[in-house]
Amino acid sequence: MDWTIFSFLLADGLQNGTIYALLALCLVLVFAVTRVILVPLGELLMFAPLSYALLLQGQFPGTAWLSAAMLVAWALLDRNRLRLALALLLLAGVVLGLAYWGSHGAPGWVAWLLAVLIVLPMGPATYRLFFEPLPHGTVLVYLILAVGLHFVYQGLGLVFFGPEQYRPPALLSGEASLGTVPLPRQVFVVYAFAFLAMLGLYLFFTRSLYGKALRACAVNRLGARISGINPSEAGRVAFLLATAIAAVSGMLIAPLVNAAYFMGFLLGLKGFVAGILGGLISYPMAVGGALVVGLLESYSSFTASAYKEAIVFALLLPVLFWRSLRTLELGGEEE
Amino acid sequence: MRPLLLVLLALLLLAPLFLPPFYITLLNFVAFGSLVALGLYLLTGMAGMTSFGQAAFMGLAAYATALLTTKMGLSPWLTLPIGLLFAGVGALVLGGLTVRLKGHYLPLSTIAWQMALFIVLGSWTALTGGHTGLPDLPAVSIMGFSFRTEDSFYYLSWAFALLAAWGAANLTGSRVGRALRALRGDAVAAASFGVHPPSLKLQVFLLAALLAGLAGWLYAHFLRFVNPSPFGLEASIKYLIMAVVGGIGSIPGVFLGASLITGLEEWLKDILPKVFGRTGNYEVIAYGLVLVVILILAPRGLWPFLERYLPHPTPRRPQGMGLPARQVQGLEVPKGEVILEVERLSKAFGGLLAVCDLSFQLRRGEVLGLIGPNGAGKSTCFNLITGVHAPTKGQVRFKGQAISGLAPFTVHEKGIGRTFQHPHLFPEMTVLENAALGTYARTRAGMLSCLLGTNRREEAAALSEAYRALERVGLAELAHHKAGGLALGQQRLLEIARALASSPEVLLLDEPAAGLRAAEKLELARLIRRLAAEGITVLLVDHDMDLVMGLVDRVVVMHYGEKLAEGTPREVQKNPKVIEAYLGQEVA
Repeated sequence: MDWTIFSFLLADGLQNGTIYALLALCLVLVFAVTRVILVPLGELLMFAPLSYALLLQGQFPGTAWLSAAMLVAWALLDRNRLRLALALLLLAGVVLGLAYWGSHGAPGWVAWLLAVLIVLPMGPATYRLFFEPLPHGTVLVYLILAVGLHFVYQGLGLVFFGPEQYRPPALLSGEASLGTVPLPRQVFVVYAFAFLAMLGLYLFFTRSLYGKALRACAVNRLGARISGINPSEAGRVAFLLATAIAAVSGMLIAPLVNAAYFMGFLLGLKGFVAGILGGLISYPMAVGGALVVGLLESYSSFTASAYKEAIVFALLLPVLFWRSLRTLELGGEEE
Repeated sequence: MRPLLLVLLALLLLAPLFLPPFYITLLNFVAFGSLVALGLYLLTGMAGMTSFGQAAFMGLAAYATALLTTKMGLSPWLTLPIGLLFAGVGALVLGGLTVRLKGHYLPLSTIAWQMALFIVLGSWTALTGGHTGLPDLPAVSIMGFSFRTEDSFYYLSWAFALLAAWGAANLTGSRVGRALRALRGDAVAAASFGVHPPSLKLQVFLLAALLAGLAGWLYAHFLRFVNPSPFGLEASIKYLIMAVVGGIGSIPGVFLGASLITGLEEWLKDILPKVFGRTGNYEVIAYGLVLVVILILAPRGLWPFLERYLPHPTPRRPQGMGLPARQVQGLEVPKGEVILEVERLSKAFGGLLAVCDLSFQLRRGEVLGLIGPNGAGKSTCFNLITGVHAPTKGQVRFKGQAISGLAPFTVHEKGIGRTFQHPHLFPEMTVLENAALGTYARTRAGMLSCLLGTNRREEAAALSEAYRALERVGLAELAHHKAGGLALGQQRLLEIARALASSPEVLLLDEPAAGLRAAEKLELARLIRRLAAEGITVLLVDHDMDLVMGLVDRVVVMHYGEKLAEGTPREVQKNPKVIEAYLGQEVA
């Protein structure tokens, strides 16, 4: 391995690590507030660029139907709260309208935004439809549910988009070179977004009352509830934020690594590995873990490319061992 | 129940006579699925853990047997234990790393393990043949008879499946089964009665992996061909769905689920390409939806709906002698010897000093009261003695031996029984089973003995001991009711019965009278006096002064974590510092 290859792999590892870091942040965010391990996050990430690709081809994306259908189902569940239900129905109509506009000659940058907007309602709706009905579920039940949803979304992704890979246009085209390493300009957009998202989350959780309320839910649901915070609402907000970050991440990386219905799961899983490095609790450690995962993957793809995923997942073992040594608690009881 | 079971067994036995080969093949797959799902029943239904990697354990055993039989010519009967060994070692490594961590680490790491193994199976072409797989496995044969047809193999697979179900049923009602179910509910309470949570979790994870490995071996020799696809994450999820759909909390539910999902899979393979007009992996949508809908609408699966229509066996009162009494070294030891000694004990939670420099002695045969206003550190003191918390400073000695810092199960085994201030019972288990958990440290049967049912005699003795403990506290009539339906006073009595079933030398009672009615309190006082007369040493925490003062030989008063006073009830009641702590300072 010479210097050029080394720095090339470094750039590649950092780029992927940044994506995993964003996913890990979303997973930690959702887990902390709702105790749901959001396995289908990777699918939500892929839905956005795939929808964008279809919009650009002038096709109506199936995700719009799914998004609208979930909003309608939500409206039916909350039919007793008439204003909310009507607003949800209206929103479902808006989603379909936006998808129609996007597929009938909206300019490219509008279609970009529309794709994100179409996917966005699926986050909170997922929480409302599948997790809120079980307010006292254990982490385990939520995890099984989340895995079930992953299969549903991935299967629907195949129905909507077929097995093809898409490469939507980048926001910034062309390449810049850093020393001897050529870098697509789009990479810098990814870094900028990652930085802004992390800064935004940090400010949200430390400076805004709403963010503090979410953190309160993470620490003690009952206590938060007694102080007038609605844990269901907090859960929906957490899902919304996670979906937003995932969808935008998907839009930004698809021009670099392609988008296909099956790719989200592996991305999400590596986000998990990173999140577990941080114990699913600590944001900075999750980010650090993500960069480790990205670099490890990048360098192992050079030496044993068929096994690079296996090597990343095998990384879990020493990490778990390390955590296991540090833990003094008694068995896996939940609070 | 029994005739129904016999009819089902007869049908199963005769099935190849009247069912076409296609269905017999399906029934073979039902048996494989049931084996894997039985493992999940033990793992998830009983112990409350789960795995998304069971298909990987299947795959390990299947590939082990495929390679060893085709490349080295070994007999399948020899490769069965080797395949199980592979699955077992995998489970020990993965489980060993995660059983001490919080509940969600194990399932998450099984996902990663599942993905990693699948990739290796598909990519290590030189060894595994990659995605083309390994063909031409030999048929299994016994003494010249070879299980080549789906009919003959059917008997082989169902023999294993029924054997596993029998073992699982034995385990369910046994000492280890109770401990597993207790672990799921409340690891602290389980550990306080001698259960070693990480070790038991590891054992059940291993057992589940071995069942999956057995299914993998059968699978490989039934198809006589292996490739990676049946051992992927999707397959693992399919087995989990089988268990969840049928009802992960019951053995018949597992078989029901395995049959339904195997049937559904076949049907979907026919119908889905017609619906979507192109081929693709669309079953996963249906799998996912089935899983989600069942979990939300019928979290206990479909079996409970059928079970309602079946006759319930009438529970029998346990008969026979209880367990042999605990070997107490020298019961002739004079009353009054120091049995438990707390020396300069301190415990800080962050900046809060909950117990500070506390010392007192508990003498054999006495009833010692530990009193103090709310927040005085009494319960923390209990948790320090019983090993739930480790002290920041100081020592606890039991019969001269330091026990502070030991795990709750070790402390319990030495002869200390306890109750909890907020009852830590297992609502899904019967009152008798809850009490029987108390005998855990007095019984020895391990996982294997419980599986094979060779622990019958000990089990009967344990149940009878538990029943006697219930009789002593007056709960015997409720023995077969679920503990979740008890009133608070009854829950406290059950806590005491469970502690009694452990035949403790020292009994720690944490506010046993809180929430009891006046008549119940009198009854409780009589019970405690009787226990003391029998030679049990009692440390009692309570707020009810009438109860405490009328019952105890000596009192230790705690205030803000420190000892305020110590002496006979009469001395303490006159102590001005105690009066001040309870009634406030006298206004001059």
